[in-house]
Amino acid sequence: MRKLGSVAAVAVGVVALGLAAWSRQPADQGSGATVTGKTKFTGTKPAMPKIDMSEEPKCKAKYTAPPTEEAVVVNPNGTLANVFVYVKSGLPAGYKPPAPAGAVLVDQDGCRYRPRVLGAMVGQTITIKNSDGILHNIKAKAKANRPFNISQPTVMSSTKSFDKPEVMVAFECNVHGWMRAWLGVLPHPFFGVSGTDGTFSIKGLPPGAYTIEAWHEKYGPQTATVTVTGTETKTADFTYAAK
Amino acid sequence: MSWWLPPAASTFAGDIDFMFTLILVITGIALVVVEAGVIWFVIAYRARPGRRAFYTHGSTKAEVVWSAVPAVTVVILGIMSNGLWNKIKGRESVPAGAYPIGVHAKQFEWQMTYPGPDGRLGTDDDFTARNQLHVPVGRPVAVHLSAEDVIHSFFVPEFRLKQDAVPGMDIRAWFEATKVDSLELGCAELCGMGHYRMRARVWVWPADKYDACAKQTADEFIDCLRPSPAQALTGGTGS
Amino acid sequence: MTSVAATAPAHGAHHAPLGFWRKYVFSTDHKIIGIQFLFVSLFFLLVGGLLAMQMRWQLGFPGTPMPGGGLLPESRASGGVILPEYYIELVTMHGTFMVFFAIMPLLVGVYANFLIPLKIGAHDMAFPRVNMASFWTALLAGLIMLASFFVPEGAGRAGWTMYAPLSARPDLSGVTLGQILWCISIVVLGLSSVMGSVNYITTIINHRAPGMTWFRMPLSVWALFITAILGVLALPVLQGAAILLLFDQTIGTHFFDPVAGGQALLWQHLFWFFGHPEVYILILPAMGMVSDMIANGSRKPIFGYHSMVFAIIGIGFLGWIVWGHHMFMSGMNPTLGSSFMISTLVIAVPSAVKVFNWMGTMWRGNLRFHVPMLNAVAFVAMFTIGGLSGVFMAATPVDMQIHDTYFIVAHIHYVLFGGSLFALFGAITYWYPKMFGRLMSEPLGKVHFWLTFLFYNLTFFPMHVIGMGGQMRRLYDPTQYDFLKPQQPMNEFISYSAFLLFAVQILFVVNFLWNLKQGKKAGLNPWEDNGLEWSLPSPAPHGNWERPPTVYRGPYEFSAPEAGNRDYLPQHEKLPTDREPASATAPAAGH
Repeated sequence: MRKLGSVAAVAVGVVALGLAAWSRQPADQGSGATVTGKTKFTGTKPAMPKIDMSEEPKCKAKYTAPPTEEAVVVNPNGTLANVFVYVKSGLPAGYKPPAPAGAVLVDQDGCRYRPRVLGAMVGQTITIKNSDGILHNIKAKAKANRPFNISQPTVMSSTKSFDKPEVMVAFECNVHGWMRAWLGVLPHPFFGVSGTDGTFSIKGLPPGAYTIEAWHEKYGPQTATVTVTGTETKTADFTYAAK
Repeated sequence: MSWWLPPAASTFAGDIDFMFTLILVITGIALVVVEAGVIWFVIAYRARPGRRAFYTHGSTKAEVVWSAVPAVTVVILGIMSNGLWNKIKGRESVPAGAYPIGVHAKQFEWQMTYPGPDGRLGTDDDFTARNQLHVPVGRPVAVHLSAEDVIHSFFVPEFRLKQDAVPGMDIRAWFEATKVDSLELGCAELCGMGHYRMRARVWVWPADKYDACAKQTADEFIDCLRPSPAQALTGGTGS
Repeated sequence: MTSVAATAPAHGAHHAPLGFWRKYVFSTDHKIIGIQFLFVSLFFLLVGGLLAMQMRWQLGFPGTPMPGGGLLPESRASGGVILPEYYIELVTMHGTFMVFFAIMPLLVGVYANFLIPLKIGAHDMAFPRVNMASFWTALLAGLIMLASFFVPEGAGRAGWTMYAPLSARPDLSGVTLGQILWCISIVVLGLSSVMGSVNYITTIINHRAPGMTWFRMPLSVWALFITAILGVLALPVLQGAAILLLFDQTIGTHFFDPVAGGQALLWQHLFWFFGHPEVYILILPAMGMVSDMIANGSRKPIFGYHSMVFAIIGIGFLGWIVWGHHMFMSGMNPTLGSSFMISTLVIAVPSAVKVFNWMGTMWRGNLRFHVPMLNAVAFVAMFTIGGLSGVFMAATPVDMQIHDTYFIVAHIHYVLFGGSLFALFGAITYWYPKMFGRLMSEPLGKVHFWLTFLFYNLTFFPMHVIGMGGQMRRLYDPTQYDFLKPQQPMNEFISYSAFLLFAVQILFVVNFLWNLKQGKKAGLNPWEDNGLEWSLPSPAPHGNWERPPTVYRGPYEFSAPEAGNRDYLPQHEKLPTDREPASATAPAAGH
């Protein structure tokens, strides 16, 4: 009975995929439009408290300068890192996202999450790695999704995934209270994170008018609207002022 | 490994060890009496052909003796223990003028709040360090225990001190360290998956060194108390 | 001697033959229900043991892949290495299964059911259908608990004591459904226990055979009677607490979570108000059955029968006013600590009376070392260690050091393994012939006994030492503490001993299963005992006696002068000097 059911499910799936391919071109990230931008920061950059890792020698050894907290990371060029930028709305009705590519990696290295802010697609594999070899627990405080709280006592990896869109899922480690990561789970691949140069880019957008949201853990969300056609590239900049 | 209690390092540890030893001696005697009796009876009264058991339903006299002896013993033990208990844990037991340190337990960290230069908790110059309990030797320390999420338990074996930290409760415990040393503070109540790693270092410093550092604030305090008490004793510079 | 004929059973005289399902599955026969409990609880005992073996692997060899660990899902053991959350699951479920689904049903479910009607001369329990319901609810509770291993995130992870708020908050424990199933299972189990206890109490009060006065009852029946009273009063408290905890977990109440005005200590008070009487539920029946076996093995009356009865009642009563000794370090008012210390120390008195009276029973006896006797003597020797180590915990200042360390792990295992489980190995062997009509092998039983006794002590005695050294309970990896590292060789030694202890239980399993069909046929009375059950064929028929037997004396008249050449005198045998009891409502025919 169960076997029959799964055969039927596969058959239905194959037919549906075939129909989808026939009815319209699947979104091709290489060929669509691109939205890029900068996350600018104005004002004095806030001082981040030092993290006392003296009771975690393995982590402490990974730093030459005393590590600080990372709630606000301002790049040397005056931009703000760790801003999660994503398409909030505007995708055409009936848009079929591609299957998620590979796994995304969150590494616990030097008693910090690397990266601190990242995105994943619904159903995409999230590999959580412990490179420190000391106990970390990973508490994912999801609300729309099923939360989890697991531990990694040694160098190892675990995999998880989320089945509903959620911006953002907070990760924390309770062994090291300062450790935080933020994961945006989206039903499409149109998201990016501002890096050390303060730029982001969202590629392969189908033509349309979009609401783009930029999210920062301390300074909150900002939105912009962008209309794109063909393979053009448009710019959406966001500016954050020090509080 | 040691076959005995860890070395005693607080003012009341000796009293507790005395009670422990006393109970060990008393129960040891009882144990030997019972086990030797059992072994003796097993050998002496084993079934042999032609023997018949001695038919008796008991002896009130014997029973009175073996009820009264344990009764008197436990009452004496109880009275002795109670005096010591009140001295260590009684409501009014925290010595006046004890140096206050806030110990906040959360999954899976100990957050120690120091009173800062003014020597009082709850003022602006307080500061917090993670998993490091620095105390002066020879001076009573009052631990203000609190918990963030679940029940934890403050346990320093060398001090013979254990006290649960319960969310929603503000519990005082005190100790007075008797020697300069570095020790470990453990969590003794299951608090979740990181229970086994909920460990902090306890540094007992010479009083003058501690006082000098305690005048500093925040980061300087921790940096001042370096690298370890043992080096402080052997003349290391420490900062 | 003539009365033997009068009380002899008549097979199926007033019970039509039953089909397989009615006879062995949906049975209302107290003996079959007892046997059902026996098989189910032995299975759960095995489960609890397997969990303990995995814990010992982690404690002995932290961080190394466990043999067979690859069979576990990655969320429990990564590359065969046990994960901290799985270790806590093991800790929690080992305690839960052993306390609620192995030791308690083995003592009460099996032996209250099997022995009470047989030993007091009743046809069956007062409420046979309630009795059947009690078994099936207990099985349901066990299956729910077992199922919790297989739900997402696995079984409960807050220790068998389920201390709140850890147990109430899925975000803090990392497990949602497992915790809920724990509560549901306990509520169902409480129902079973209450149904059973009401039955035992009613049966003992109303269904004693003519002449079976209160002070002619065997101590096993006395112990089971007091246990049933404890059960009917204590389990509902746990049920109530579990329901509140369930509300905290599911519908957002905060009885135990201070974040929204609850009280964390409330759970401990409720749990231990149940929990300490529960401790005596786990030991009193063992004491009762050990008394029966020691009297039989010594061929002597119990020394001080009346004080043994009053000691049982005293322990049962004191059990209600000592729960706070589990909470000396909890932040409870220290003055309460003082009063709980005194009441706890006082328990030493009835316990000492029992130990010395067992010794008095053996004194100048004619000791037969059959397997039940060996286990019963081991019970006395080991329970003494467990009882004496309790004095350390009772003395509050000393408890400051050893509370929540391996010292108390040693203590509880000296009481529950050295005590209850040795009594059970004896009791199973002793009443096996009356259950199955055949005897277990004596040589195999003796080998099992000696090896178990040896490895048991090698496993649990060193735990006192590492507990004194400060090793806390429920630590996934003690070597994380510098001061515990030197003790690691001892942890390894304990683990090896524990593996051997577990391995030699194979002898018991073989002895138990093999002799169901292959054992030597037992006659009516293989142990030459005085109890009423030994007047019945082995196995005893449905309905037990056609007519209730008449009782002429107490159960321990071994080596009485009037017994003549024999050294035992069954309770139902009428000597020419015996008068019919006043309560004999149904005098035996022909007298």
